[in-house]
Amino acid sequence: MVCGLAGTVMVGELERSARSASRWLVERTPLRTLRDWGTAFSLWPVHFTTACCGAEFAAASAPRFDAERFGFLPFVGPRQCNLMLIEGTLTRKMARAAVWVYEQMPDPKFVMAMGACAIDGGIFWNSYNIVRPAEILPVELFVPGCPPRPEAVARAIIELQKRVRRGRW
Amino acid sequence: MSEAEERTIELLIGPQHPASGHMRLVARVDGDVVVELRPDIGYVHRTVEKLAEVKTYLQVVPLVERPALADTANHNLGYVLAVERLLGVEAPPRAQYLRTVLAEISRIHSHLYGLGILGIMLGSSTAFMWCFNDREPLIDLAQELTGARLTYSYMIPGGVRRDLPPGFAERAEKVFRYLERRLKDYERLYFRNPVVRARTEGVGVLTREDAVRLGVVGPNLRASGVAYDVREADPYEAYPDLDFHVVTREEGDCAARMWVRVDEIRESMRLVREALSKIPDGPILHERFSKAIPPKWREWMEEKRRVKIPAAMVSLRIPPGEALSRVEAARGELTFYLVSDGSPNPYRMRMVTPSFRNVVLFRHLIRDCRVADIPAIYGSLDYFPPEADR
Amino acid sequence: MRELAERVASELGGESGESPGFAWVRVPPEKMLEAARMIREAGLEHVKAVTAIDRPEEGEIEVVYHASSYEPGRRGVLALRTSVPRDDPRLPSLVGVWPSAEYMEREQWEMLGVVFEGHPRLERLLLPEDFEGVHPLRKDYEVRTA
Repeated sequence: MVCGLAGTVMVGELERSARSASRWLVERTPLRTLRDWGTAFSLWPVHFTTACCGAEFAAASAPRFDAERFGFLPFVGPRQCNLMLIEGTLTRKMARAAVWVYEQMPDPKFVMAMGACAIDGGIFWNSYNIVRPAEILPVELFVPGCPPRPEAVARAIIELQKRVRRGRW
Repeated sequence: MSEAEERTIELLIGPQHPASGHMRLVARVDGDVVVELRPDIGYVHRTVEKLAEVKTYLQVVPLVERPALADTANHNLGYVLAVERLLGVEAPPRAQYLRTVLAEISRIHSHLYGLGILGIMLGSSTAFMWCFNDREPLIDLAQELTGARLTYSYMIPGGVRRDLPPGFAERAEKVFRYLERRLKDYERLYFRNPVVRARTEGVGVLTREDAVRLGVVGPNLRASGVAYDVREADPYEAYPDLDFHVVTREEGDCAARMWVRVDEIRESMRLVREALSKIPDGPILHERFSKAIPPKWREWMEEKRRVKIPAAMVSLRIPPGEALSRVEAARGELTFYLVSDGSPNPYRMRMVTPSFRNVVLFRHLIRDCRVADIPAIYGSLDYFPPEADR
Repeated sequence: MRELAERVASELGGESGESPGFAWVRVPPEKMLEAARMIREAGLEHVKAVTAIDRPEEGEIEVVYHASSYEPGRRGVLALRTSVPRDDPRLPSLVGVWPSAEYMEREQWEMLGVVFEGHPRLERLLLPEDFEGVHPLRKDYEVRTA
């Protein structure tokens, strides 16, 4: 389709070329830096208080360790969140739900595995009812501990933010 | 389908929902009225009972703490009491007082956790933030005593692992005075808040007969007028020497359950003060185990007031037998039934947690009420899914 | 509690004893319902634990009900126990006598396969669907240890 627009001529489908032009623009700095900065400072985790580590996750959002100053606000619905924090042991019944919640989240989305149980089973490593999150979800960061201290959770958030701001996602 | 059934829709709440732990509530609602509700649990079933059969007696100590992370000391205590009854030993008096102190501190911050979750379920995120913030001084106290924030593994068969650090009683007194001031603020903002009162008073009423018939435990039972608390019914550790009163309410609604927890926080603070003032001197580990420690380490233990776990405890073999222990965890009565067979692993460990005994209340209480009452009732039960599923 | 255990044992032809924390009475499986009614009438109105213990060497599964009461004076624990054959473990459900046993019986069915006849809802409670017919707490279901 050829169309003349105040002297300029555009070749090819208008929508497709507009889309690739905007993607080119966003992938260039400074817009990309702005996008990464914005994403890094609004990592909203979904309330996925899997198991015991949920208590330390709640403590990390509590006033003493205040993860909200990093822009980390636990929000109610998966559709408005972009971070999933697997806190603790993932059982088989819950693994299905974890994948559904992950699929409901909009892009860009990140997954962090918190606690020894989420890394390789922890103290329940030989249980017949647990799943390693890394087998079903693309986990970016693992936070060791049983449960990890809230300071460790804060450090993991900062590490993820650094990754996002470097554009490595 | 009958006409009534055609009008109702099935609402699936969970397993991911903005509250503590994973469970699914399958509610059948007719407009805004809940007709019936079935709980669907098992999303955090981590097979603690089976794993206990392949771990040694000492390795099971951290295992049984993990189900109820908000209240680990009482779970630890229940298991260790069962092992001690199997062995026929009793911890020395100082160790018993130390265990009581930690158990009560654990109860206070578990109740604050429960109140915080009730707050956020009712929509008051301020209450959630305040409750979780006020848990921190108590967690610091526990950290001073045991070295860990939440998973203490402090009590071992025969005693405890560390002694009181110097100055602990004064710091505990400071924390309790702070908490007492804060509880007054809580009353103005949270407990006597008109919105909270409207949503919790008269909601989810559990009658006394039903509570007894269904085998309900903990503050849920005591809020319906039944004065049953294991610390008074079958006293263990230092409770026989302490001046303990059971906290009850009569109404049996969500507000009563909330108030029982608040009053129990005050009662626990009083118990800790009393225990710290009366604590006797002496060893912190039973001599059956301490005599198995080489003399060089025993001197170190005396000096540092800590325990080196002897090999005799690590590879503990208990002759065939069985024992039952019950403790009052923060959420209710916790029962351990331990069967041994002479091997280093328990033959069968049955752990009936208070949340598992309270599951029936979901079906029983959440009926003929509004959908908005579901979070109020759920929060007031202080149900902890990992504890129920084990 | 010891006297109650001895009374039930003598009336129903079982045996009684005591273990740390509780007194117990053992009856054959057919007398379980009657024994439970006797204990209920003595005032023990709720059950604290329902445990099924797998004993493969003896070829049986032992089922233990720990009953007690909230009323002062009756707060000790009395265990009612019986043994059923391992290849066909059937017992009458005691939910009619003790409603508090409902979820615990369901869990022991799921974990060990003991069928409680007359239970209102004997379905899976904690395990996912791929555990149909598998009873994990039996001794022949092994978990990794290394």
